[in-house]
Amino acid sequence: MSVFHFALNDLPPEAQALRAEVREFLRATMAGRAPVRRARSWGGFDPEFSRQVGARGWIGMTWPKRYGGHERSFLERYVVMEEMLAAGAPVSAHWIADRQSGPLLLRFGTEAQRQRFLPAIAGGELAFAIGMSEPDTGSDLASIRTRATRVDGGYRVNGTKVWTSNAHRCQWAIALFRTEVVPDKKHEGLSQFLVDLRSPGITIRPIIDLTGAHHFNEVVFQDVLVPEDLRVGGEGDGWKQVTTELAFERSGPERYLSSLALLLELIRHVAKEPDERGAVAVGRLVAHLATLRQMSLSVAGMLQAGENPNLEAAVVKDVGTTFEQEIPEVVHGLLGLEPTIDGGSDLQQVLGYLVQTAPSFSLRGGTREVLRGIIARGLGLR
Amino acid sequence: MSGQTALLADTTTRLLTDLVTKESVEAAEKGAWPHELWRALEEGGLTLPLVPESRGGAGGTWQDAHVVVRAAGRHTAPVPLAETIVAGWLLAGAGLEVPLGPLTMAPVRSEDRLRLSRAGGGWRLAGTAPRVPWGAAALHAVLVTESDGQAMVALAQTSAARVTADHNLAREPRDTLVFEDATVVAAAPAGVGVSMGSILLYGALVRSAQMAGALEGMLQQSVRYATERRQFGRAIGSFQAIQHALAALAGHAAAAGIAAEHAFRAADRGDPEFEVAVAKVRVGEAAGLGAGIAHQVHGAIGFTYEHSLHFWTRRLWSWRAEFGSESRWAAELGRAVATRGADALWPNLTAR
Repeated sequence: MSVFHFALNDLPPEAQALRAEVREFLRATMAGRAPVRRARSWGGFDPEFSRQVGARGWIGMTWPKRYGGHERSFLERYVVMEEMLAAGAPVSAHWIADRQSGPLLLRFGTEAQRQRFLPAIAGGELAFAIGMSEPDTGSDLASIRTRATRVDGGYRVNGTKVWTSNAHRCQWAIALFRTEVVPDKKHEGLSQFLVDLRSPGITIRPIIDLTGAHHFNEVVFQDVLVPEDLRVGGEGDGWKQVTTELAFERSGPERYLSSLALLLELIRHVAKEPDERGAVAVGRLVAHLATLRQMSLSVAGMLQAGENPNLEAAVVKDVGTTFEQEIPEVVHGLLGLEPTIDGGSDLQQVLGYLVQTAPSFSLRGGTREVLRGIIARGLGLR
Repeated sequence: MSGQTALLADTTTRLLTDLVTKESVEAAEKGAWPHELWRALEEGGLTLPLVPESRGGAGGTWQDAHVVVRAAGRHTAPVPLAETIVAGWLLAGAGLEVPLGPLTMAPVRSEDRLRLSRAGGGWRLAGTAPRVPWGAAALHAVLVTESDGQAMVALAQTSAARVTADHNLAREPRDTLVFEDATVVAAAPAGVGVSMGSILLYGALVRSAQMAGALEGMLQQSVRYATERRQFGRAIGSFQAIQHALAALAGHAAAAGIAAEHAFRAADRGDPEFEVAVAKVRVGEAAGLGAGIAHQVHGAIGFTYEHSLHFWTRRLWSWRAEFGSESRWAAELGRAVATRGADALWPNLTAR
C-alpha cells in the first residue's frame, strides 16, 4: 500500500522566462475580452488565435523539430498551458491535438502519418476531434460497437460516436473503432484511426448542451471508407493507445483552473466591499488553488522525468474538479446573487456560465467515479 | 528532496517506528514522560535541525525540519518535537545558547503578551501564557516579547513559572504558565525575520506538517483496516462506496502533504507568510474531512479507546485549531489577496 507522493517541483529559469513572453502575448491578443468569455477558456474555439500560438512556437513544443516541433521541455509546455488557461484563452482549436492527437501519432503513428499531420498541428492549422464515446458507451469505453470491417485497401466503418467536441469545426478526428469482436475480451479487437471528417458517409449533427451552446456532436458513420494507411499503430492496439492518451488528457493543468474566472470576479467584489465572511471565503479558495497548482506542477515534474504519473494525475483531477465545482457554490452561498446569461454584472454572468457548466467538470475526461476507482486501485483496494 | 533530507526522513521513521507504540502513546496520555524516545531523538540529532552545528544542532534547513515533524505526526510521537525545533530556531537566531532537553514556546495566541524588563544585569519576565504546548513537561520555554519596540527572544525555565496543567483533546499538555517577575536564563533581540507574530506563524507551519503526517498515517491505517475487515463475506475495501471514500481521503492527504512541504520550503526562503496560511487552511480542512472518512470506514471499533485510530483523529481535531484555525488564516489570506487585487493573484501565485 502506497501513499501517493507528490514531490515539490521547481520550474527551471528558462520556463520562467518563457512565462513573461506568453503573458505579453496574451495581454496583446486578449485585450478587452469580457470575463464571461474568458470563463469559457478551453471551450473557446478560435482558429486565428491558434494559428498565432502556433506561429509563436507554442504548439508541439516537446516534439522533434523534424515534425515541426520545438524540442523544448514538458515544463516549458506546462508554463504555456497554465498561462493560457489562467488567462481564459480560447485554446480548443489547437490544444486537443497538442495534448492528445499529436503525442499519440508521435508514439504510435507511422512515419508518413507524422510527416503529414504533425507539422500542421504544430502550426496551429489543424484541429482534431476525438471519437471515443458512443450512445451506449460512456465510462465503459471498451464496450464500443462502431465497427471497422476490413475491405480492399482499408476499412469500412459503421456506427455512431457522441459527445464529439468540435467535430463540426475540425477537419480530422482520431476515433476508436472495433476491428474485431473477441468474445469475452472487450479490450481486444479495438483500433484507432485518423478520420477525415469530410469523408462520404459521415453525418455530423449538433448536440446542444444545457446552456444552449453547440460544442458536442453526434457523428454517424455509414459505410465510410478509411484507408489502411490511416490506421494508428497495429490492428488491436487501440485500448493500449487510448489509455495512454487519457493519461495525457488527465495530467494537465486544466483540471483545476476551469472556475478561475469566477474566483477572480469574487476577489474583485470582496476588494470593493471587504468583510470577514468574504475574506474567509476568498482565502480558503486561494489556499485550495495554490495547493492544487503545486500538485499539478508535481505531476508535470513526473512527466518531465519520464515517469508515469497516472495515479497522481487522477488524484489531481479528482481534487481539482471538486474545487472547480465548489467555487460557484461558495459564491452563491456568500453573495446570493442571481446568476445571469446576458444582463447583470460580470460576476453574475460568469456565475451564470459556470454554475451551469460545472457539472461537466467531473464528467469529461473520466468521471469522478472512474477516477476514484483508479485511485482505489493505486491504494491496493482493487 | 535532497539525498541528505531523504536520509533524515528514513532515520526518523525508523526511530519512531521502534519507539512510538500504542503502549507508549497511552502511557504519555496518562502523564508519563517518554524518556527513552526523547533521548533517542536527541542522540539521533533530530531535535535541533535548524540550530548551527557550532551550537549543538544539526545545521540543517526547514526542509530537513519538515521530514522530522511530518514523521512525528505520522507516528503520533508524544513529545514536543515540533515545539523544540521552532524554539531552538528562535534561540539560535537570537544568538542564544540552546539548552538540551525538550523546549516549548510562548505565547501561542496572538492576544497574549508577556512583559520582559531589565533587572540589574539580567531580565525579568511577567505575564500569563495559556495553552502552552507541553508546558511543564518541557524544561525550558522560549518566549517572544517586545522590549522598547523591539522583538526579543528570551529563555526561561518552566520551573520559574506557576503552572496550571491542562491538555488538548489528545491529552497532550497545554498548560498555563504564569511568570511573576521570574528570572530569565537569557534574552536577546530576535533574529532576522522574527517578530511578535513568529510563534503563531511557525507554530502553524509545524502543525501543518504534523497534521499532514497524521493524515498519511490515518490513510494507511484506514486502507489496512478496509482490506482486513470482512462483512457480507468479503473485505469491506472491495465495496465501491468504501473505495471511493478512501480515494477522497487519499486526495486530502496528498493535498495536505504538498501544501505543508511547500510552506517549509518558503520558510527556507525567509518569507513563508503566504504559504503557511495556505497550508494551515488546506491541511486543517483535510484534517476534519479526513478524520470523518477514517472513522466512517472503521465503523464502531474506531470509536473505542482500544483501537488506535483516535491517536490520529484527536490530534487532528486539536491541531487544526492550534496556532490559528482555518478561518483565522483564511481571513488573513483573503484580506491580503483582496488588497493586492484580483489581477495580481495569478502573477503572485506563479512567482512563488
